[in-house]
Amino acid sequence: MCVSVFLALLVFTAITVWVAGLDLGPLNTPVALGIAVTKGTLVVLFFMGVRWNTPLTKTVAISGFVWLLILFGITMGDYLTRGWLGVPGR
Amino acid sequence: MSNEASVHEQSYLGAPHGLASWLLTKDHKRIAILYLISITIFFAVGGTFAAMIRAELVTPQGDLLSSDLYNKVFTLHGVIMIFFFLIPSIPATLGNFLLPIMIGAKDLAFPRINLLSWYIYVIGATVTLAAVFNGGVDTGWTFYTPYSSMSSNTSVTTAALGVFITGFSSILTGFNFIVTLHRMRAPGMTWFRLPLFVWAQYATSLVMILGTPVVAITVLLVAAERALHLGIFDPKIGGDPVLFQHLFWFYSHPAVYIMILPAMGVVSELVAAMSRKQIFGYSFVAFSSLAIAIIGFLVWGHHLFVSSQSIYAGLVFSIITMMVAVPSAVKTFNWTATMYKGAISWESPTFWIFGFMGLFLVGGLTGLFLGAMGLDIHLTDTYFVVAHFHYIMVGGGVMGFLGGLHFWWPKMTGKMYNETAGKIAAMLVFFGFNATFFPQFIVGYMGMPRRYHAYPPEFQFFNVLSSAGAVLLGIGYTMIVIYLIYSLIKGPKAPANPWGATGLEWKIPSPPITHNFSEMPVVTEEAYDYQHAPAPQRGVK
Ligand SMILES: [Cu+2]
Repeated sequence: MCVSVFLALLVFTAITVWVAGLDLGPLNTPVALGIAVTKGTLVVLFFMGVRWNTPLTKTVAISGFVWLLILFGITMGDYLTRGWLGVPGR
Repeated sequence: MSNEASVHEQSYLGAPHGLASWLLTKDHKRIAILYLISITIFFAVGGTFAAMIRAELVTPQGDLLSSDLYNKVFTLHGVIMIFFFLIPSIPATLGNFLLPIMIGAKDLAFPRINLLSWYIYVIGATVTLAAVFNGGVDTGWTFYTPYSSMSSNTSVTTAALGVFITGFSSILTGFNFIVTLHRMRAPGMTWFRLPLFVWAQYATSLVMILGTPVVAITVLLVAAERALHLGIFDPKIGGDPVLFQHLFWFYSHPAVYIMILPAMGVVSELVAAMSRKQIFGYSFVAFSSLAIAIIGFLVWGHHLFVSSQSIYAGLVFSIITMMVAVPSAVKTFNWTATMYKGAISWESPTFWIFGFMGLFLVGGLTGLFLGAMGLDIHLTDTYFVVAHFHYIMVGGGVMGFLGGLHFWWPKMTGKMYNETAGKIAAMLVFFGFNATFFPQFIVGYMGMPRRYHAYPPEFQFFNVLSSAGAVLLGIGYTMIVIYLIYSLIKGPKAPANPWGATGLEWKIPSPPITHNFSEMPVVTEEAYDYQHAPAPQRGVK
């Protein structure tokens, strides 16, 4: 199990390097982030053992990510709506 | 009885002896005392900076401190009071001491990590003091970019590092509390029999572990930006200075709840004990702590109304800010309802919690003024803001801490302090505090900006009043230190339950034995069962 996850991580790392050389235009960041999130998920689920752990551990792990989403999400709520008013600087 | 066992049956203060036994202790009670000594020292240091600020502001001219020095003085006052006094104040001292006892455990889940957290605190504090002696910092405790990352040539990096390190101490404390509460409750100690102080510590711990990593990373990014010009906050190379404000306040607004939630927990205990009544609406008070902790994470943008933050985001932040007032009001109303028809006894802890309620009420309601987007434009960066957050953090946080300290001092030290001195100090602090900070609401509303060493002469009356109040406040705090230390030397021995309070901590001797309980307690009753509580033993010889 651990070995196959490790191999998967190696494959994804190779893909990261390969994608870094391609120019996908606006997709550059989403693709890079997507691969990183997949790798992170594998590590959390298998190497950190969350997959086989108690519901409490899962809650803890998930809430950490939910809080990260709050931070990113609400901050983007600012950046994405700044231009709406049409006043320079606001 | 073996020798080992008999040592554990002795008072935690007595055995074993020696400095090394304290510095290497794993006993949560001794670690609480270590923290108590350290935060008292930092309170004195931060207070000295406050005294310098008030002395400068007696006259409108900037004559006592140069503007550069004044910038450093108010920055260090803020950094030290917030990161090295207020954040650890209740959780690391009263929480550390009481949380295991209140749930019927021998210690926290990870005693070594608990000691580690104190050492990390000391290292962080030392690094920050190094910044003080290495020329100081002048960014304000908020470290706002781009000034902190591009312009300031003071010891920003060192101070940021100190804050970064200390953050881990509070993460470890929060983590330790959460695991302890989940795993180590005594038989019969269900979640809804927990004292409300414990619920408050739980909510605080959640904020500590979910928020602190963000501020740690943020100050580290400032240090990295200064050293490596990364382009995170510098607009010239693709960064955004307002991003700093988002990241910083994502932690620093909830950090206010790290200071105020434990104080609310203290007040819940004291209100029930001092009016000898079951707390009104137990589960509402318990869940309002969690509600404050969670909603508190969604309001940080109210600090950014005058930055270039989008007005639409500001609108949402403003509305959610109004919502945080609801659980705070739930608590206040429930405390009032608890006291209604209660047998209120006028002991010194009662004075502190009445002080808390009055001051927190003013602080909370003026927070709504500032959370309203339009009014905030007028009030931003004036003394109105300074007065508001001092009412919350000192009027709420410090009054709660002192109330708890007076309530549990007999338990922690085994000694009674002088009741009359306690009451006089509480009155001095209450009136001194109002004299110091109420004029700042007025002068702030009139337009006096914060963070300047000079001001127009028409504001002098209010500033003199404020400085005079600060003298009273200083006398009050000094008095507390004196009579508490005096009680250690000459105070009468404390009985096990001086206030006739409920709760496991009052069923064991004062001071507790090293292992807290000689046998595992079994809990069979709800919290605050004051109908069956023992009579107060204070004064009974
Ligand atoms: Cu705030």
